[in-house]
Amino acid sequence: MNSGSRDSALLSVEGLRTWFPIRQGLFRRTVGWVQAVTDIDLDVPAGTTVALVGESGCGKTTAGRSILRLEQVQAGRIVFDGVDLCALSPAELLPYRRQMQIVFQDPMASLNPRMRIRDTIAEGMRSFGIGATNAERTQRVAHLLERVQLDPMQMWRYPHEFSGGQRQRICIARALAVDPRLIVCDEAVSALDVSIQAQILNLLADLQDELGLAYLFITHDLGVVRYLADRVAVMYLGQIVESGPTEQIFSSPQHPYTQALLAAVPSADPGRRSGAPPVSGDVPSPSSPPPGCRFHTRCPHVTERCRREMPQPVSLDDRVIRCFLASPGGGAAEGAGQGGENP
Amino acid sequence: MLEVAGLTTSFPGESGEAARIPVVDGSDLEIAGGEVLALVGESGCGKSMTALSIMRLVPKPGRIVSGSVRLEGRDLLEFSVSAMRQVRGGEISMIFQEPMTSLNPVTRVGDQVVEAIRLHEPVSRSAALERCLELFVQVGIPDPQARLRAFPHELSGGLKQRVMIAMALSTRPSILIADEPTTALDVTIQAQIIRLLRDLQRELGMSILLITHDLAIVNEMADRVAVMYAGRIVESGSRLDVLARPRHPYTQGLLRSMPALAPPDERLPEIPGVVPPPGQWPDGCRFATRCSIQVEECRRCVPEMVAVADGHLAGCHLVETGQEPGGEA
Repeated sequence: MNSGSRDSALLSVEGLRTWFPIRQGLFRRTVGWVQAVTDIDLDVPAGTTVALVGESGCGKTTAGRSILRLEQVQAGRIVFDGVDLCALSPAELLPYRRQMQIVFQDPMASLNPRMRIRDTIAEGMRSFGIGATNAERTQRVAHLLERVQLDPMQMWRYPHEFSGGQRQRICIARALAVDPRLIVCDEAVSALDVSIQAQILNLLADLQDELGLAYLFITHDLGVVRYLADRVAVMYLGQIVESGPTEQIFSSPQHPYTQALLAAVPSADPGRRSGAPPVSGDVPSPSSPPPGCRFHTRCPHVTERCRREMPQPVSLDDRVIRCFLASPGGGAAEGAGQGGENP
Repeated sequence: MLEVAGLTTSFPGESGEAARIPVVDGSDLEIAGGEVLALVGESGCGKSMTALSIMRLVPKPGRIVSGSVRLEGRDLLEFSVSAMRQVRGGEISMIFQEPMTSLNPVTRVGDQVVEAIRLHEPVSRSAALERCLELFVQVGIPDPQARLRAFPHELSGGLKQRVMIAMALSTRPSILIADEPTTALDVTIQAQIIRLLRDLQRELGMSILLITHDLAIVNEMADRVAVMYAGRIVESGSRLDVLARPRHPYTQGLLRSMPALAPPDERLPEIPGVVPPPGQWPDGCRFATRCSIQVEECRRCVPEMVAVADGHLAGCHLVETGQEPGGEA
């Protein structure tokens, strides 16, 4: 599809499909599928941040979990450092698990409330044989806590003794404990207050500079994406509808859904308020996605062809767009939904 | 229209009644008729508790200990329980963040709205049902006739919030309190609900007290803004005053730390430290522990709210003495 970058990417996902069966009746026959992730392609080059954005139910979290092999994948390749993870046995997969870590949205739910911070962080080290002795691992935990700007003396405390932002730092320290090369951040800053969110975003940026980490940043918050991502992939109903460099996506979105999504973001600029809501209606269910283009039920530029036929991803310069109206040089609909209103 | 003065709400501390911990500490707010006032702050600052205090719905063992809440001159804190019940959902309505938890899951949504109407007005069921249908049309529920018979779980998050808004409007309130009305919604749905609230507010000429943590929502909806930190209002003024010319260091810090406004290549200016929880609020200025420009006085005495421009107030010692590093954030 897109050449060049494919070979150098740390993580390269091709045609990933994760569907969940809907089972019914005495014999638990499969009567349908929740089409959470359908045929997505995604590259994460080493040391960069790629954002996967979309609204709830678009499949972004399932995509992240599938890449970590936490979900059963139906089809596709997940190539990490040149090796297809889907072809590996669980034992062969282990060394790769160490290199890919995850940080979740709610740190309280992802930390064991009965385990001291030291043990939570050291657990992964033990399973991957990092540090020969307990004392060595404790030493390393102290370093990690310092690195995420927490007091190493606090390692003997329990999660409830920390604030939300501090707990997220602990989760980051746990992810770092096993020297990963890729961290999947699933809404990792979404639950935090804005003053704390800025601290965590800065910490993630520092760690990326120091350690050369790659981030797959899964979020619905486009303000965060614009600030921190190198590349963006926009998901709608299980598919990536547009992907490309962050600056290009934000300055000239091509897919009507990307345009609608960006126009819907409330403006924090006191000089500008947004105009009419860009799209009406709700997202259809992923268990019965509409035929043809999945966005056609809400698209302001829908044509007869969109209702019948599913558009395939098309490469345009550095971008990939899944829309019939996208053509070189011209947007699907320039300026659609960009209406503004002066206060 | 609504005037809150010196409102203080507290909860018993660990050592009981003797050491009550305030969660709202001497708040003053004023909402004029037909105005949208946004009360903005981070979690735990007391903004939701302020709203609940206005409605006299503070959960036990919390209690309003002092202050007044005047609705068109009458102090709601002196109302009897039954008179207050008529105000709630009558003159003042409220919508919440999570519409699913505010709707009864086993009752059809039409019946719930009808019940709300008939609690406040002696009308027949069929008249109430007709009114409900009108409201559903007004709040933009597609296929309203069929939706009357829907159960909450059959509706999407955006539709449930529209039902909640219909219910809140059913008694033609003069004030709508909206506590994080779009926080649980997706961004495209959020845009629809913001637009709906703005349109309804203009059409019906009602006032809205908008409680939110999101400064972008404030910018989209508010006429005036009050910024709350650790139980106190620290800055208030028109939307443009507070967002474009903030004077309190906390407001300035909040605006600077927003990723949406920051240049991508620069480090986000962060506010150091964490919001102190109730009970651990410092003496003097409560923001002093995190403030980059504090002086000794900040740790000792509580700053008064002073007018920095017409209708624009800030509670900061450095603003008082004209030493603070100026407006533009």
